[in-house]
Amino acid sequence: MFKEEVKGSLYIALKDLKMYYFKPPNLSWGIMFPIVMALAFILRNPSGVKDLASGLIAMSILFAATSAEAIVIVFERRTKTFERLLLAPLSLQAILFGKVIGGVIFGFLMSSIFLVGSVIFLGVPFSNTVFLLVSLVLSAFVFAAFGTLVSMAVKEIFDAMTLANFFRFPMIFLCGVFIPVSALPSFLHPLAYVLPLTYSVDLI
Amino acid sequence: MGSDSIIEVSDLTKFYRDFPAVNHISFEVKRGEIFGFLGPNGAGKTTTIKILTGLIQPTEGTATIQGKDIRTQIVEIKKTIGVVTEDSNLYDELSVLDNLRFVGQLYSVSEKDREKQIGELLKRFDLESKREAKFATLSKGMKRKVTIAAALIHSPQVVFLDEPTTGLDVLSARILRALIKELKALGVTIFLTTHYIGEAEQLCDRVAILVNGTIKTVETPENLIATTKTKNLEEAFIEITGLKEEIMLVEKEGKR
Repeated sequence: MFKEEVKGSLYIALKDLKMYYFKPPNLSWGIMFPIVMALAFILRNPSGVKDLASGLIAMSILFAATSAEAIVIVFERRTKTFERLLLAPLSLQAILFGKVIGGVIFGFLMSSIFLVGSVIFLGVPFSNTVFLLVSLVLSAFVFAAFGTLVSMAVKEIFDAMTLANFFRFPMIFLCGVFIPVSALPSFLHPLAYVLPLTYSVDLI
Repeated sequence: MGSDSIIEVSDLTKFYRDFPAVNHISFEVKRGEIFGFLGPNGAGKTTTIKILTGLIQPTEGTATIQGKDIRTQIVEIKKTIGVVTEDSNLYDELSVLDNLRFVGQLYSVSEKDREKQIGELLKRFDLESKREAKFATLSKGMKRKVTIAAALIHSPQVVFLDEPTTGLDVLSARILRALIKELKALGVTIFLTTHYIGEAEQLCDRVAILVNGTIKTVETPENLIATTKTKNLEEAFIEITGLKEEIMLVEKEGKR
């Protein structure tokens, strides 16, 4: 039974990757958006480029793991294909786990591109590879789960994007991606430490 | 309830806020029969199917399929049932083949059995030439055929068909009706809802007539026609559902 549930989750994840993730709009959110944001920062402060690597990688996971994730279930509810999943002999947990795993895999792959790019082009040293990979997977899991939560909470795709961005954009500025948390005004520290991106940047 | 019953429904009720969509209904479906679930729009047919297939929870009452409780053993039940909903629920972006493979995977059908079953279903539904076509590009009739094929991929013992011939052309509807008979011959139990009463008369061993969430009667079409002293099931249906006066009024208006 457990084996069937896990297999079902993986099939859902693979189907989602094929159908939704490796598509131009999603790739642009996962790759282009972090690059553009990083370039804007580098142009203003070229000397701080190495310090940006961990934030850039964390940001790529955030956007890659949530962009499709936040709309997939809304979209599938609208096309009735989510009903097809609900009719299958799988628990709701297995279905949602499958949805999350799709985002985890895509988030991990996108962040790996930035990781390799940071090592090759920026010469950023990474010491503990296993710890780093675990950090990437954990971060991808948290953000994909967040995307699924958004997708379950709303009925329209537009609402899903709005709600996701309501949380994502402030995180870029509050979680140490461009500005260290310690440099933020002290009243923002509690907020920074309840947002998951802070921990991703720290871990990476 | 009889030992040959495959579906047993007792006092099933579903409220949407204060509105009883299904109101204390009880019936049984015998193994291997085609059971028609008939009623006007909004009678509660689709709600009943959604409860029996685990898409929604009942407010009250119980139901079992092959002795398994829909509240506590729904995952086990889903392994043995196939469901064709009113709307196609497959993926537009995937090909016919990929859709069928994916559904087979969800039902844990082994790769060998899956491929064999897909081959047979594509042949039976005359879809072999469309196996690589995207689902979105198919006609409504073909989409319906693929949706039914997907519901049969795991060789279910009970198949729920919700308005299967709605919107189909005459030929596709005939093919589908022939397929329903074929499934019955294979021992599959069919739970069918339809607006086409003639279709129900032609196919069903027994029918339940549902009005405003309650069951008015469960009988064979022949007995319904005999007891209502009408010519066919459609007239019997009109008599039982109380639509006669409304129809007469509409006809009167039409003549003016």
